[in-house]
Amino acid sequence: MSLFLAEGGEFAPPTIYEFYPEVFLFEGTPFAINRIMMIRLIVMTLLIILFLLWTRKFNQAVKTGNVVPGRFQLLGEMALNFVRKSIAHDQLGEKDGERFLPLLTTIFFMVLGMNITGIIPFANIAGTSVIGIPLVLAAAAYVTFIYAGVKRHGLKFFKNSLFPSGVPVYFYALVTPIEFLSTFILRPVTLALRLLMNMIAGHLLLVLCFSATHFFFFQADGLFKAFGAGTFIFGFAFTLFEILVSVLQAYVFTLLTTVYIQLALADEH
Amino acid sequence: MDAVTLAELSGNIAVVGYGLAAIGPGIGVGLVVSKTIESIARQPELAGRLQVTMWLGIAFTEALALIGLATPFIFG
Repeated sequence: MSLFLAEGGEFAPPTIYEFYPEVFLFEGTPFAINRIMMIRLIVMTLLIILFLLWTRKFNQAVKTGNVVPGRFQLLGEMALNFVRKSIAHDQLGEKDGERFLPLLTTIFFMVLGMNITGIIPFANIAGTSVIGIPLVLAAAAYVTFIYAGVKRHGLKFFKNSLFPSGVPVYFYALVTPIEFLSTFILRPVTLALRLLMNMIAGHLLLVLCFSATHFFFFQADGLFKAFGAGTFIFGFAFTLFEILVSVLQAYVFTLLTTVYIQLALADEH
Repeated sequence: MDAVTLAELSGNIAVVGYGLAAIGPGIGVGLVVSKTIESIARQPELAGRLQVTMWLGIAFTEALALIGLATPFIFG
């Protein structure tokens, strides 16, 4: 019977304090660095180095007139063309796509880079799983689509979005607050929250799986050890799923920003 | 007569809240994707355009489930 009794220590599932690791540098100042901040700084440096190397390769290719790209250059072209062709040009057209391309490329690669650290062995937490980066990127997208609308239509942009045409006058009391809420408040809030909560949920599930595996293998007795194999396999499968979610969230953030810009630029019929 | 406690539950109601919040978006995402599959089956040449619209639809519908995940952290 003792085969089925679980002995050993209590299992402590992950809590929200996973996202507040201890500060190890500059404690007490606004520049306090904990593990998550360190990951963000490292990813930022790596992204800058990556893009410097890519643009150097592209410039070399233009100068020598070489039309056959090498492997590294091909990777860069594919990555940048993905944002350029299938997101910016597709949704916004050539002219406007080129105008907003720097912001969209930055958003895509920054979100992708910060998300993917959630599965990298020694980092193990996404840089976007604390509110800072999603908030800043959502604020940038918010300012951009309002800027795009105001630049194209002047202050009539606000009138057109809050008082849509084709609605009888007495409905405006109902429609306008809903439109205001959904366009000017919910859009940036959901952009930030979607990214943040996907990364938080993914991280908590991964920590749960692997800490459960550790608990079952090392601290449980008897047949409970077999559960460790199950949670390990689930952890492995979920890591693959987390890679998919990381890339998908980067794509969705960029695509939604593009669609908001397109809606702001669209002419009323 | 004193009130009698018939049953006592312990735990976090936030978990129940999230479970309820996830019903709607679960059905919603299923509807979006199923309509996309139907449309691609009808007109395969539009598959690229339809896929982009599908991702947009999924993002909007899933937002509600994620806000449901966030509310326990907001309200203590």
